[in-house]
Amino acid sequence: MTRFLLPLAFFALLLVVLVVGLKHAPDKSLIPSPLIGKSAPAFTLSSLFDPRESVSARDLGGRWSLVNVWGTWCVECRAEHPELLQIKQQGLVPIIGIDWKDNDDDAQAWLSQLGNPYDRVGADRDGRVAIDWGVYGAPETFLISPAGKVVHKKIGAMTADVWQREFLPLIQAATTR
Amino acid sequence: MNRYRMVALQGCLTLWLLLAPTAHAVDNLPPLSDPVLRQRYDHLTHELRCMQCQNESLADSQVSLAADLREQVRELLLAGRSDDEILNHMSDRYGDFILFRPRMNWRNSWLWGAPLILMSIGAIVAWRVVRDRARHVDDGTDADAESLNS
Repeated sequence: MTRFLLPLAFFALLLVVLVVGLKHAPDKSLIPSPLIGKSAPAFTLSSLFDPRESVSARDLGGRWSLVNVWGTWCVECRAEHPELLQIKQQGLVPIIGIDWKDNDDDAQAWLSQLGNPYDRVGADRDGRVAIDWGVYGAPETFLISPAGKVVHKKIGAMTADVWQREFLPLIQAATTR
Repeated sequence: MNRYRMVALQGCLTLWLLLAPTAHAVDNLPPLSDPVLRQRYDHLTHELRCMQCQNESLADSQVSLAADLREQVRELLLAGRSDDEILNHMSDRYGDFILFRPRMNWRNSWLWGAPLILMSIGAIVAWRVVRDRARHVDDGTDADAESLNS
């Protein structure tokens, strides 16, 4: 009897492993960032609005903040824009924008037309800073802790659901402790 | 008839040869002048994955991010960095996923060990089967015949 039961049991076990693996497999297109838990990458960009002003890693840290990588060429960025405005209105965290490989005029027009959710916007014209942040598909949003560490990254559009489920708990857990 | 076919074939071949180089003209940076660096550049851009198109290498991808990353590989080469340093530079930012050749670490080391473990299980099973058969042959009974009867 064991002659048949053993392989059958093995097969059943394999089946369970495969089903669990399939059900719980994270979206293969989303690649975890190696930056999580590390200090936010240093950067200095000139401001989108005033080339004499700079936006840098010094604008992060000391408080919770979001870094949002966007561009006017990015369709999903338009989709997430209302939610970013909503987050700005909440006033819990400032949003630092990195305008990735974009045309300054287009970007300024976009912000004056749709509203500006950003505290500061740096223009990453050649895309170098985005590479240092490991960005591969805009929009991407990073949560930066007061200690200046990357705590979370969202690839794809920010939504009310993502904000409430993924970002807020992280901030609240840290502030109530 | 045969002659026409030959001509047609030749035409196709010529066309194909003419088109072939354009298929690889993804990289629009001027080639590196140093042949050693050029070779290392070719090697590295084939070892790194295009993050947006995932199954293409940096060398083969037309996406603008791939072009930016190729440019960075080139700059790091010119700055005198080693191949390993350049691969690390990329995996520090994009994770091990950017490397086509996965590196061994504590999390995936069992993958390297798995074939060895599976092979030893197989060897043990084979050894036991052979031993049982040999024993039954000694007894004068046939293992298969016996299992049919039981």
